[in-house]
Amino acid sequence: MNILTANDLATGDVIWWTGNGWSRHVEDAVDVGEKGTEIAQAEVAARRANEAYVLEAAIVDGTVRPAHIKERIRALGPTVRLDLSLKPADPGIGNWVI
Amino acid sequence: MYAYDQYDQAIVDARVAEFRDQTARRLAGQLTEAQFRPLRLMNGLYLQLHAYMLRVAVPYGTLSGRQMRMLAHIARKYDRDYGHFTTRQNIQYNWIKLSDAPDILADLASVEMHAIQTSGNCIRNISSDQYAGVAADEVADPRPLAELLRQWSSFHPEFSYLPRKFKIAVIATREDRAAMRLHDIGIELVKKDGVIGARVFVGGGMGRTPMIAPEIRDFVPFEEVVSYLEACLRVYNRHGRRDNKYKARIKILVHEMGKEEYTRQVEEEFLQMKALGIDPPIAELERIAAHFAPPAYKQGLSDEIDRSDPDFALWVDTQVKPHKQPGYAIVNISLKPVGGIPGDASSAQIDLIADLAERYSFDELRVTHAQNIVLAHVKKADLHAVWTALDEAGLGAANLDLIGDIIACPGLDYCSLANARSIPVAQKIQARFADAGRQKDLGELKLKISGCINACGHHHAGNIGILGVDRKGVENYQLLLGGSGADDVALGQITGPGFDEDGIVDAVEKATQVYLDNREAGERFVDTYRRIGMKPFKDVLYA
Repeated sequence: MNILTANDLATGDVIWWTGNGWSRHVEDAVDVGEKGTEIAQAEVAARRANEAYVLEAAIVDGTVRPAHIKERIRALGPTVRLDLSLKPADPGIGNWVI
Repeated sequence: MYAYDQYDQAIVDARVAEFRDQTARRLAGQLTEAQFRPLRLMNGLYLQLHAYMLRVAVPYGTLSGRQMRMLAHIARKYDRDYGHFTTRQNIQYNWIKLSDAPDILADLASVEMHAIQTSGNCIRNISSDQYAGVAADEVADPRPLAELLRQWSSFHPEFSYLPRKFKIAVIATREDRAAMRLHDIGIELVKKDGVIGARVFVGGGMGRTPMIAPEIRDFVPFEEVVSYLEACLRVYNRHGRRDNKYKARIKILVHEMGKEEYTRQVEEEFLQMKALGIDPPIAELERIAAHFAPPAYKQGLSDEIDRSDPDFALWVDTQVKPHKQPGYAIVNISLKPVGGIPGDASSAQIDLIADLAERYSFDELRVTHAQNIVLAHVKKADLHAVWTALDEAGLGAANLDLIGDIIACPGLDYCSLANARSIPVAQKIQARFADAGRQKDLGELKLKISGCINACGHHHAGNIGILGVDRKGVENYQLLLGGSGADDVALGQITGPGFDEDGIVDAVEKATQVYLDNREAGERFVDTYRRIGMKPFKDVLYA
């Protein structure tokens, strides 16, 4: 599947396209098929997102998992500071990244 | 240390106001990202893996306690309570909001700091020796020249759009603590016939094409250094390649043009430059130098240190270096605790270091390119109090220049350019060699890790270097041996096929064992490598 990511313009937060808006949680991302570039251009033009691009992902164990480790680190946070990650209370979250 | 005059402050304040306006226009949609990106980068604001990242300039690594406190304040108020000290003697914040950036720059300006020219194809922060002014063997204090070059290079209209970024280092001792010859221009102050001048090296650098800068001039009179560097930059600006980012650094120009031809053109340009009279008057040099006058050292202090506490004695032996003033010492604060992140410090730790600088080191501290902090003027009688405070704050590690003192770039945990994570590898190696006795037995061993070919972690200059690469989406680590960023400068050589994350830790351990099995009396790791060569290491690594 193809999913769409960007950064929030004002905060810089990593965001994911949900089909009708943006979420900070990759599990909310939806398959944009071939329409990713078109959505990205519209969202960037509307200043709702910055530096938007499409990437590959898959559904693994029922949740969206980006194909490349770089995107999984983007999705979660630094693996060396899980206290700063989006899921600081989940002890197994590091395994999801690696 | 240098204090802004009215011109410095006016320039920085004006830049804050300008960037505030630019940011407001970006947020209001009056500027596109394509228009805004170069403007934010000129103010050190990158968009990184997780958020905006702000790189703050620390000129030649020097800070006052008040400035250090401001860095802690920014970490606390605008970021996630920590900062990352870099291999360019700067500090970076990883979680900055664009909407906060103008306020942060205003806060920095209030303590004579900024983030100008910490990005872009311009002359970056001038780096120097963290022992400047206190090293017993220096021929002169390098900081006045570093400061002069900071002023000369700030907003230099001719050098704001160079073919590529440009880094200058200034040292004044034969012992090189600044990786001087791995800079675009390296300057070593020397004395010739009783006169101070500069040896000039041009065309060094790391990155994908590492090169050691060749010497192009053995002596430039101190008062003509600006003209000479102007000539060096002009020849680069004229001929440097703008068609290929990967061939745009001056090292490529000097290599392809040849040192002799490059030097000939510089000398020709220098003759023209000297006639223009752009070198600062002696009075200005003296004005700047006066800011770096030695502090009011107490005379007649004892050199005795009570070493009855073995942990303190270990720290003294490892972290404390001789000072030129009797009764004083140089304290190196390690930002490399086992399990920590090289170069990271919490706001509380940054505040503590500011406290210690104010109380024990004439209100001054230095950031080192090895991602540590130096208190340059501590009375030997105060060392135990300093160590006690540091140790209580988790800053008491004793590993300077040992295998635990790892330089590591932020890597894939933070950096959008990285191919692999650096920090976890550093942490695993630190854990493997956590025993202080084992580290001490290995002796000087500089280990440096980069998460990509851009080499921010200086892997080419590591006695042991590690380069993270992406092998079909999986992190892989190449091992290099024999590099040095010091006065015995050398580029490390790749051992062979790479290793996975755990394999690279094992490989490092095997390399150290080859050293232990082969070393002769007094030999450091790099000495043994140079004597026995790569083969014994490869034989063990790939057995």
